[in-house]
Amino acid sequence: MAVPGHLEFFVDPSRCIGCQSCVQACSECDTHHGEAMIHLEYADRATSIQTVPVICMHCEQPTCAEVCPADAIKRTSDGVVQSARKPRCIACGNCVLACPFGVPELYNDQLLMMKCDMCYDRSSVGKKPMCATVCPSQALFFGTREEILSIRPQSMPTNRFRFGDQTITTRVNVMVPRKKPRPLLLDVTSAMNERPQNRTLRLGVVDQGEPDPFAEVKI
Amino acid sequence: MAHERVRAIVVGVIVAGCLAVLIVLGSRSLTHFDAALVGYTFATLFAAFGIAYRYAMWLQRPPSRMYWRRGWQVLVSSAALQRIASGIRRAVVDVAGNRFIFQRGFLRGAAHMSIMWGCILAAAITFPLVWGWIHFETMPGHLNTYRTVVFGFPAGEFQIGGILSFLIFHGLVWASILVLAGVMLAFRRRMIDHGAAATQQFGEDVLPLVLLCAISITGMMLTVSYTWMRGYAYGFLAILHAITVIFTLLWLPFGKFFHIFQRPAQLGVALYKEEAEQAGQAKCKRCKKPYASAAVVRDLTTVERELGFRYEMTALGPKSADKEGKGTGKNRSSRADHYQQICPPCRRALFGLAQSALWSQAIEPERETREPGAA
Repeated sequence: MAVPGHLEFFVDPSRCIGCQSCVQACSECDTHHGEAMIHLEYADRATSIQTVPVICMHCEQPTCAEVCPADAIKRTSDGVVQSARKPRCIACGNCVLACPFGVPELYNDQLLMMKCDMCYDRSSVGKKPMCATVCPSQALFFGTREEILSIRPQSMPTNRFRFGDQTITTRVNVMVPRKKPRPLLLDVTSAMNERPQNRTLRLGVVDQGEPDPFAEVKI
Repeated sequence: MAHERVRAIVVGVIVAGCLAVLIVLGSRSLTHFDAALVGYTFATLFAAFGIAYRYAMWLQRPPSRMYWRRGWQVLVSSAALQRIASGIRRAVVDVAGNRFIFQRGFLRGAAHMSIMWGCILAAAITFPLVWGWIHFETMPGHLNTYRTVVFGFPAGEFQIGGILSFLIFHGLVWASILVLAGVMLAFRRRMIDHGAAATQQFGEDVLPLVLLCAISITGMMLTVSYTWMRGYAYGFLAILHAITVIFTLLWLPFGKFFHIFQRPAQLGVALYKEEAEQAGQAKCKRCKKPYASAAVVRDLTTVERELGFRYEMTALGPKSADKEGKGTGKNRSSRADHYQQICPPCRRALFGLAQSALWSQAIEPERETREPGAA
């Protein structure tokens, strides 16, 4: 089984309302029973309620896998970077510190790293990952590129990120403005001193005539 | 890569050669070597070569090499003496007792422990027998007494027909029962757990269980044949058993079983992490909070550079710093020169902040009319 190539993950942190639905749903996933792998991070808890849902971005050249001394992290042919292979992981924590997105988590009691694997039990048979199934604002969307482009006329996906001098390409996309000049990538480290901005958000989630965002994807 | 392969081949040849020498020495110039087991012997020699080859290749990867070096530095330092108690505790509780696997689930722990100790028992019996390091001989004048000879030296006697001899001569049966119990539990999980079913691979997860099952069953059939069936089909069963064992030995270096040799590295890693924790914490350049030991962060930065990653933040020059300092009276990241100096929670926050900054720039002229991300 493999995740179908035409199905992609689209993350739009600016739509996140911090409801924690994704966190609860994530812990229901069968590949990491009872543990939520998604991070719902506060951008700056002291001054803002802005939240950032962070899932594994499934890098094409995963830093976590490259720095793993036990060679425990594998990327399957469908581009999904799997959780650490249990027999091999020696719980060194290199992956936790190396991931540019801050995704992997180390469970010291189990001597094991676990991370988001895009709900492989679901996505590998064409179903949406748990978080995308429940996200009420579609900050987490799983579907085809055509679907996301049709329901987000102002946005476009990008899967290239910059961290200092390093550019990372991922299987998961983040939504950026479609308006020209279109950003070629998301420069994460350029936000080193950014602060959350006060904004007004109106989310056109429920709107007749649009595709049903909660429908299972047909393959 | 060619240079690394040559080095690994040399290591493999040395290890296999040492084992061959030990076989000759231990069997007293092959005097006690059982020629019927020669197939097993060559399979173990190949396995020794393969395991050493793969181990050497593995240790030449930058992150593995770094932890290997750091682990030994701690082990040969004075700190090792201070941590000897914790090292022994980890070896007993985690390695021998499989505590960390029981933490993942009782049945998973029970399955692994059963398989592990079954395999250890079987290996402890068969390998010395195959290599001629151990054999039994009848005591002259005492036909009911067996003498155990190890490396050519007498190492104890026991009565034939006693409980001890029954337990010893059926050691592989007990090992098979342990292995089969564990394999059944493991197969059960792989059949009913959706997560395991989705992520498992035949070669990596299922084949090892099939091989262990085949070895155990064919081995027990040998006992059944000579105990209750007057040796019926014993020759066929012996060949069948040999095929399953030899295939497993040949496959040992390449598949899941390699973790048997790789996994003890966790003890060295744990010792190094303990030592590094004592040496001081690295503080995040953004939030100023400690997030990891400084030594581990430093080593990881080195490893990333060796692997060709360029997380240096040279692009964030004075212009960026000046801009970001406005309105806050301070620049929180002015000293960050490598992304590794940023803690994971701050990385996650940066991800969201960078995206929202793009939207802020895009909608600035029309903030009043449209909202970011809205359909």
